[in-house]
Amino acid sequence: MTAYLKLDHIDKVFTRGAATTEVLKEINLTIEKGEYVSIIGHSGCGKSTLLNIIAGLTNATTGGVLLENREVNSPGPDRAVVFQNHSLLPWLTVYENVRLGVDKVFARTKSRAERDAWVLHNLNLVQMAHAKDKRPSEISGGMKQRVGIARALAMEPKVLLLDEPFGALDALTRAHLQDSVMALHQKLGNTILMITHDVDEAVLLSDRIVMMTNGPSARIGEVLEVPLVRPRKRLELATNTTYLKCRQRVLEFLYERHRFVEAA
Amino acid sequence: MNIPATKIELEIASPAAVAAPVVALTPKRPPRTEAYARMARETAVRVIPPLVVIALLTLVWELVCRRAGSALPPPSKVFKDTKELILDPFFDHGGIDKGLFWHLSASLQRVALGYSLSAIAGIALGVLVGQSVWAMRGLDPLFQVLRTIPPLAWLPLSLAAFRDGQPSAIFVIFITSIWPIIINTAVGIRNIPQDYRNVAAVVQLNPLEFFAKIMIPAAAPYIFTGLRIGIGLSWLAIVAAEMLIGGVGIGFFIWDAWNSSHISEIILALFYVGIVGFVLDRVIAGLGKVVTRGTALN
Repeated sequence: MTAYLKLDHIDKVFTRGAATTEVLKEINLTIEKGEYVSIIGHSGCGKSTLLNIIAGLTNATTGGVLLENREVNSPGPDRAVVFQNHSLLPWLTVYENVRLGVDKVFARTKSRAERDAWVLHNLNLVQMAHAKDKRPSEISGGMKQRVGIARALAMEPKVLLLDEPFGALDALTRAHLQDSVMALHQKLGNTILMITHDVDEAVLLSDRIVMMTNGPSARIGEVLEVPLVRPRKRLELATNTTYLKCRQRVLEFLYERHRFVEAA
Repeated sequence: MNIPATKIELEIASPAAVAAPVVALTPKRPPRTEAYARMARETAVRVIPPLVVIALLTLVWELVCRRAGSALPPPSKVFKDTKELILDPFFDHGGIDKGLFWHLSASLQRVALGYSLSAIAGIALGVLVGQSVWAMRGLDPLFQVLRTIPPLAWLPLSLAAFRDGQPSAIFVIFITSIWPIIINTAVGIRNIPQDYRNVAAVVQLNPLEFFAKIMIPAAAPYIFTGLRIGIGLSWLAIVAAEMLIGGVGIGFFIWDAWNSSHISEIILALFYVGIVGFVLDRVIAGLGKVVTRGTALN
């Protein structure tokens, strides 16, 4: 099978004055269409840098990103990002935030009425249509993140990039949103790349888990397949042996072999 | 031995099965008179203290200035001397012998023109300086020096350049009020969160769309801070500039009153200047609130 998204020998070096820090070293990864891949690692290992490189917000020092065999090195709606802190524009309503991207992406291909319907359709997908005229300051953190997801989905990205999308949420809201993302993935078949530092989240949602070693010069330490059938049910998995084994593998990687030395 | 386990499951399942009864509460609205009474109380709390202070200060002023040989007139005399000016602000006897309304409106027109120019130029330059590191390095030292020049120091130069009072006054307003607008706009642009820039990059907004949809709304609170300081400064500048330039205007009215030793008229004019300045400040503040929709500070 040909790779849909391919990360080819990515190195990233930050240079500040005379000091250089090598953040990422030799990152190679291929992702197939419709796959859900998580990248997990301790904080500071460069996962977010990697996501920014894929999104085109930062450039790799060497190596590159290929999406459908075309190199990408600038940001674009084909790699929509759901940011950790939602990044909704506070002066726009929920509807307008989603509409902003839709208007740009479908300026030529959809009529005004179609774009309006498409925005509402995507808000419905994340169950946020009821709050379409509210401003971000008037809705909860979980709702903001839903709108962030709707904004990204509405751009019909080839790859959906999630940058610790549930990191800032409380545990209950997080679980709820994870279920929503799972359902959306099931329904729409998006290719999703998610950055996370939550082991359960990675195992529950992913087809494959990419484990990163600690920086500097972080590389891919191990890639774990999660052979659980979909749709997955959170409660049933709690006692599923495959689930527990996968979880165990990730925990061992993170806490035995690549312990976060700086952690106090 | 299986029975207890099943029982637990049943117990767990049962609360979900029975829907919690919805208790409907009819909101009890307080009687209308009570609402009015509360509104009146809230207004009184805001209005009464300044009124008391004003009354006390007027009383002190009256007592201090009432004795014979006092250099300044007491409020009672001020009122008596300027009664005609207060009651009829719209008379027009030609030349500069006009009612206060005409003087104020002439000054306000100059301010409106000079301030509009400085708002447009100030925001444009502020965006440039905020967005481009090289523009900032080149222009910022210049701005920091120029902004300390007092308004009236510009006047001789502008009279020399324009050879006419009207454009000179407008230029003085422009040059006085532009600096805080430039500086605050630049700070606002520089403080646009990287997140918003990332969103714009992913959506692929072109520079014009970025300017209109991200930059201006994100920097709006800062821009309006600059605009508010600017309007205050331009009102300061106009009164001073008009004193020197002459013609119809509240500044020259004050100067003219001084030359004719009408101290009461000066005092009246000062009241008007203060009140108009206050209103201008509030108008810009209100405009800022409407434009940023009160959400910009999130």
